[in-house]
Parts: sequence; C-alpha cells; structure tokens
Amino acid sequence: MIRTIARKELHTLFSAPSTWAMLAMLQFILGWFFLARLDDYLQVQAQLAQMDDAPGATISIAAPLANLLALLLMMLTPLFSMRLIAEERRNQTWALLATAPVSSARIVLGKFTGLLAVLSCMILASAAMMALLALGTQADTGLILGNLLGLWLLASAYAALGLYCSAISRQPVVAAFGALAISVTLWLLDMSGGPLRALSPNAHFQNMNSGLIGSADIAYFLLFCTGFLLLSIHHLRHERGEH
Amino acid sequence: MTAPVTLSTRNLVRFHGKRRAVDDVSFELRRGEVLGLLGHNGAGKSTTLQMLAGALRPDGGSIEVCDIDMGRRPDLAKACLGFLPEHPPLYREMRVDDQLLFAARLHNVAKPKLMEHLELAKRRCGLLNDGQRLIGKLSKGYQQRVGIAQAIIHQPPVIILDEPTVGLDPAQIRDVRALIRELGDTGSVILSTHLLHEVEQVCDRAVVLRAGRVIFSGDLDALRTQSDLESSFLHLNALPESAAA
Repeated sequence: MIRTIARKELHTLFSAPSTWAMLAMLQFILGWFFLARLDDYLQVQAQLAQMDDAPGATISIAAPLANLLALLLMMLTPLFSMRLIAEERRNQTWALLATAPVSSARIVLGKFTGLLAVLSCMILASAAMMALLALGTQADTGLILGNLLGLWLLASAYAALGLYCSAISRQPVVAAFGALAISVTLWLLDMSGGPLRALSPNAHFQNMNSGLIGSADIAYFLLFCTGFLLLSIHHLRHERGEH
Repeated sequence: MTAPVTLSTRNLVRFHGKRRAVDDVSFELRRGEVLGLLGHNGAGKSTTLQMLAGALRPDGGSIEVCDIDMGRRPDLAKACLGFLPEHPPLYREMRVDDQLLFAARLHNVAKPKLMEHLELAKRRCGLLNDGQRLIGKLSKGYQQRVGIAQAIIHQPPVIILDEPTVGLDPAQIRDVRALIRELGDTGSVILSTHLLHEVEQVCDRAVVLRAGRVIFSGDLDALRTQSDLESSFLHLNALPESAAA
C-alpha cells in the first residue's frame, strides 16, 4: 500500500510542469556553480601544486556544490511537500485517501517515500556532476559518498518536516511557508553558533560535508525524520478518528 | 423477514466550533435499501456522510458498518464502504483508468481481479470508451460518473453518495438513478440530495435532518403527510422544533 501511494505521488509530482521547471532551474544553477568552481580551481591549481597538503579537487568543487544543494533543498522541499496533503485538501481529493481502508501511517509513509524519490533524483543529478570530476583527476570517492549520504539525510529531514506542515494545513501556501520558516530558523541557529546549533539539520550536514560521518549525526537525522513522521501520523489519526 | 442491518449510527455528534453541526443522529440502513438523507443547506447532511465514510471523526456516538465498529477497526469498516463526496475526489492530471485502478488498489482489490473490477465499474457508469481520457479534460458530468465508478469499483456492500446527480444532464441523471436503484437492490445505498422527486424515484426510506437533528425517519409514505412529498417536506421543516421532532 505504501508503494501504491508513493507511486501515485511520483506520478502526480512528475506530471506537473512546475516540477520539471524547478528541476531544470536547479540543474542550471548547480551546473553553473560547478563550472565556476572548476574554473576557479584550475586558475589556482598551479599555486596549489606547490603547497604541501593542498586541498584536492573534490573538497574544492564537490563539497561546495553539495553545500549549495543543501541550501537549495531547504528552499525547494517545501514547494514539493505542500502538495502532499494540504493541496489535496484544497483540491478536495483528500476524501479518497481519508476514507480508504488504509492506516494513516501507510498514507504518511507512502507520501514521504514519493517525495523522497523526487528529491533523490535531484541528489543523483548532482552526484553525476561530482562523478565528472573523476574524468580529469583522482576524485575522493569517500568524500563524495559522504556528501551524498549527508544530502540524502538532509532531504529526508526536510521532507518529513514539510510533510508534517502539509498535514496540519488546509492551504498549500501556509504549509510551504510554515516548513520554510522552520527550516530557515533552524539554519539560522546553525549560523549563529552556540549550543542550539546542535538542533539544526544543517549543522549535522556540515560534518558530512567535510567528510566526517558520525553516528551522532546519523542518529540526529533519524530522530528528526521519525519525530516529524510520527507527528504527521498522529495528526491524521486524530483527524480520521483512528484510535 | 427483515434484511440485515449494513450500517447503523447511534447518537452521532459533531461540533463546528461551539455549534452542534450534527446532533444526536441515529439511524439504520438495511441490505437492499436506498435511504434518502434530506434536509436544507447546512442541515448537517454532508458532515453526517463524511463521518459515516470515516473522513471526519465524530465528537460523540458510534458508527457500525457491516457489524464492524468504525472507531475500533476503521480499516475493516472502510473496506465495506464506497463514498462519493459532494466534490468527486479526482486527480485532474490522471487518466480515468489510472484513477480507478488507484482507488481499487487503495481498497485492497486483489491484483488478478483489478481489471475485472475496472471493466465492471466502467460499464456500469458508461465509461467504457473513456479510460484513456485525462480527468481534467472531462466535463462535469463525466467527472461525476468517474466519481461514482470510483465509489463502487471495490464492490462494497454499503455505498454513500452525496448529491450524485448534481451537474448531470437529464439523460445522465436518468442513468445514474437507474444505477443507484440497481446498487440498492444488491447492496445498500445512502443518498443525500435536495431533489425530492429523486427521492421519490429511487429511495425506499428517508431521514430528514434539520439543524443537525433527525426530525423524520421512516418510509416515504409516512413522510407524505401532505398532497405531495415536496409540500410535506416543507411543512415538516416549517414546524416548530418540538413538534417536528
């Protein structure tokens, strides 16, 4: 049942021209950034060659690219997640799922999986760009994979948060803005430093961005996702009268 | 011999803010019966139907579908229901076949039986040649038919239809009424409508709501206290609350 709902979400998201437009613009921005970083790197490469322990191409190009995508994911995910439930409510299609003999947990997990699949496509597209580095140099595969894992966990976190905002709103715009406001607040916590930094998904992504994969960061993302998915399930169960 | 009860509600209550939108509503539906749910706008018909279908949590009371408690086992109870809300829940970007198959899968129709159910639902609703059409491009009447097909695709014993003939042309209205009668003969149907002649044509019994309360429940003949159903209905609604109840 989760797969049926996830497949339908994928179909809905990919049949909307806005999804393709967003994906195309994202690719354009990432492509431009990638080429600009590559260009910068090639210009300073001669100086770098004289340094001991100089930064390699992967940390100079792929890691900033992942960092940019992390920022863009924070802004784009609410635009996709608002469609999941809030837009169904506005379009009055929600009644089909609400009255189907499907548990709220399955609905939430199906929608989450569908959205995560779309976000994974974005991450894979950036992975292809990072893999291009291997054509000209010895790429640091570990760092690239660490970044991709980080991006994927970050996307899951934003998807879970967006899904919750979508579940509690009747208006898609409110859902999108709510998710964005929370993400930006968490991002600002990371920027401001201090002990609250640990609450920010971005802070935990930064470790992976620099190649450190720690169990604490992974545990944080798992808790973040599980927390918001459980809140979404709880809200729908209450609304649909499930005990 | 009386037919078995397929759906029953007891003391159903739902608040909209502080107002009781549905107030102590109880009735039963039996197999082989079409029950008309009548009332003016805002009488609580749609809210009642949404609670019966499991889309809205009641603030009080209980619902049983085929002897299954909706509050305790919503998954089992909902599997016995087909629901067409006031606005058919259709995805504009999907094709008719995809939409109906999605609904069938959601209602646990086994994979080998999917196509058989799809064909039957389409045939009953006159959609056999429209499977590949985009729902967003269909006229209101066709969308309504897809909505009905979606409600019956898993062949549920209880079907709930909220104003199913709105927006249809006269020929379509005749076909849909015939279909409702057919569905009522094999299963049971709750039909909410404003159209009293529709009730006369297809319903066996009626429940009349006013301000969220049941003011009449019984056979159409008992409702027909005046010369025709329409004046009886208006007369009933005009009575003071204590007399109507």
